[in-house]
Amino acid sequence: MPETPEMTLNAALFEWLLRMGDNTLILGHRVSEWCGHAPVLEEDIALANTALDLIGQTQLWLGLAGEVEGKGRSADNLAYLRDASAFRNVLLVERPNGDFGQTLMRQFLFDAWHLDMLKALRQSTDGRVADIAEKAQKEVAYHLERSADLVIRLGDGSQESHRRLQAALDDHWSYTGELFVGDEADEQVAKAGIAPAAETLQGSWSNTVGEVLQAATLTAPESSFSHKGGKRGIHTEHLGYILADMQFLQRAYPGATW
Amino acid sequence: MQPSIETVWSWLGEVPDPEIPVISLTDLGIIRNVAWEDDTLVITVTPTYSGCPATSVINFEIEAALRGHGVWNLRLERQLSPAWTTDWISREGREKLKAYGIAPPVDGTAADGRAVGLANRLANGTPGGNLVIECPRCASANTERVSQFGSTPCKASYRCKDCLEPFDYFKCI
Repeated sequence: MPETPEMTLNAALFEWLLRMGDNTLILGHRVSEWCGHAPVLEEDIALANTALDLIGQTQLWLGLAGEVEGKGRSADNLAYLRDASAFRNVLLVERPNGDFGQTLMRQFLFDAWHLDMLKALRQSTDGRVADIAEKAQKEVAYHLERSADLVIRLGDGSQESHRRLQAALDDHWSYTGELFVGDEADEQVAKAGIAPAAETLQGSWSNTVGEVLQAATLTAPESSFSHKGGKRGIHTEHLGYILADMQFLQRAYPGATW
Repeated sequence: MQPSIETVWSWLGEVPDPEIPVISLTDLGIIRNVAWEDDTLVITVTPTYSGCPATSVINFEIEAALRGHGVWNLRLERQLSPAWTTDWISREGREKLKAYGIAPPVDGTAADGRAVGLANRLANGTPGGNLVIECPRCASANTERVSQFGSTPCKASYRCKDCLEPFDYFKCI
């Protein structure tokens, strides 16, 4: 078997930063699709604010990714001018919004991972990564507080809200495993002390999620099967539609500003 | 002649926050440093929220204010760490917020810790709920949270159960 050349640390860091930035970008875009459509005004505002935080974090992560890559690509270039196969987000965040319960459950499952990841990143050996994590952690703690609160209220709510939340959990569950599967890039950045190894976050995530689901009277599926591929650029059909919407302006009118 | 650092701070203290114009940028606690590097004035600013749309307006306002005072050679730097916290809002700023109808942040209540505990702690009327937000209008402690988010990223929506007025609470991070 021919030996595969080892990925340089810089290439691994770039890859890892794309994953962080693409997760927040795609989830932020998804959540922003609710703007003007949420069930009540307060939730509309909450969703728009959450999306805004995520897009703000995207600018920091993708901005650093462009800097690390060193080819002069800005955060905007990376967001608007890559095709689906170059995106590195996990499949969970590109899942369709569905009903409000689907959106909330997706947010909760992601927030629980996101907060643990950011907390761990504050110890990063790369000061730039630690600084972004310190900033984002405060915002994400707030996201988790809201999504956990609503999952509990709706899960342990009416029969209809319980049914919808349980259905959402069943639908999203097989997309959570990908968050905890590392590859060469993850291992490289973990070895350098830049980020925690992907699998190390599973324990505390399971605790947080288990605790909230129990309070919400919801039951996680038994199956441990997980869909994977997003981190390597192999996406569901949904990502293409997101990009068609998100990138249209820059594709149709390259360099347009306002 | 270069204006002194103290003078520059006092000028910045007159620049209003674009979204909550009753408080100044120094009240908000986002100006982290003012220094001269030879003949260049360097202002270090930290964002409130990473996606706050006011950030670029704030930078513009700082430049405009200082140019208005004759400082042309200036540079703005962004500093992420230590991350901005509502604890940095000045005493004076808190009074101004209250007079304007926005309940100022209660220190030490930023979101952190276990998700279930958090949900309980901030939910109204549940055991262990310890966060009392005073109505800025009638000072009643009998208030309830309507939404964790409000009209800007930095605010949550509340309602007073005595005077029945809705109001904004400057949420803690």
